[in-house]
Amino acid sequence: MSLFFDYEKKGNALCVRLKGELDHHTSNDLRDKLTTLIETEDIHHLILNLGQLDFMDSSGLGVILGRYNQIKTRNGEMFICSVSPTVGKMFEMSGMYKIIRSVNSEEEALLGLGVA
Amino acid sequence: MKNEMSMQFSANSLNEGLARITVAAFIMPMDPTLEQLTEIKTVVSEAVTNAIIHGYENNPEGIVYLSASLDTETGKFEIEIRDNGCGIENIDIARQPLYTSKPELERSGMGFTIMESFSDSLTIESNVNYGTTVKLEKHFSTNNAFIH
Ligand SMILES: Nc1ncnc2c1ncn2[C@@H]1O[C@H](COP(=O)(O)OP(=O)(O)OP(=O)(O)O)[C@@H](O)[C@H]1O
Ligand SMILES: [Mg+2]
Repeated sequence: MSLFFDYEKKGNALCVRLKGELDHHTSNDLRDKLTTLIETEDIHHLILNLGQLDFMDSSGLGVILGRYNQIKTRNGEMFICSVSPTVGKMFEMSGMYKIIRSVNSEEEALLGLGVA
Repeated sequence: MKNEMSMQFSANSLNEGLARITVAAFIMPMDPTLEQLTEIKTVVSEAVTNAIIHGYENNPEGIVYLSASLDTETGKFEIEIRDNGCGIENIDIARQPLYTSKPELERSGMGFTIMESFSDSLTIESNVNYGTTVKLEKHFSTNNAFIH
């Protein structure tokens, strides 16, 4: 039961690809790593690719909302990419689709930012 | 046929995954769709996580109790997750979407709303200083169930 991620920097945007299970157990580590990456790499925009995520619960919503707030203070935009039906329902219920844009691919997000 | 299971484990976040896969395996006789399976895993994860972080405030000496029953003829699935932790003062407030008593931990306050939406019935019983019991029900269709 674990969570892996890799990332790629494109200009001042960070693409993060999550793989595995995002729950309370794995969320603390992800939160620390993302928070640090955004600061040290001077990231403005964040694209979270959930395409390879097998599981996510409300702990994931919390981490995503927290990073949204972090990105907002840096005047950036946040995207989520390849959302599964169940996770989509959770985003819907929490009202997160009102503040975070959902896209079908990383390219779509990068095009929207004018970075691609 | 009615099948039952129960387990108990330390209030250690490692056991959230254990609870999810155990319950997922338990409902397999109903041949759930991938979406039903994911939703059940999500409600289990929500209730167990709440017991650990709120009920026991992350003290791994706490014990989480989980029991479930499945009637393969009627398709009725029931699950109960209990802790002997701090309890909930006001359940009506706790159930509200986006309410969390721990915003500093970046909780979203969506756990109970998710449990309610991904099940057919959610009951919460709680006594301050004694603990909390969450009961959930889900009805599976028996139409295309294979013989196991
Ligand atoms: N087992 C429990 N013991 C004590 N208090 C609880 C328990 N479960 C829930 N609560 C209380 O109910 C509130 C709402 O729970 P809910 O799961 O909806 O949100 P959360 O856990 O705070 O955030 P999230 O689930 O989105 O991470 C919690 O903040 C907590 O105060
Ligand atoms: Mg919760």
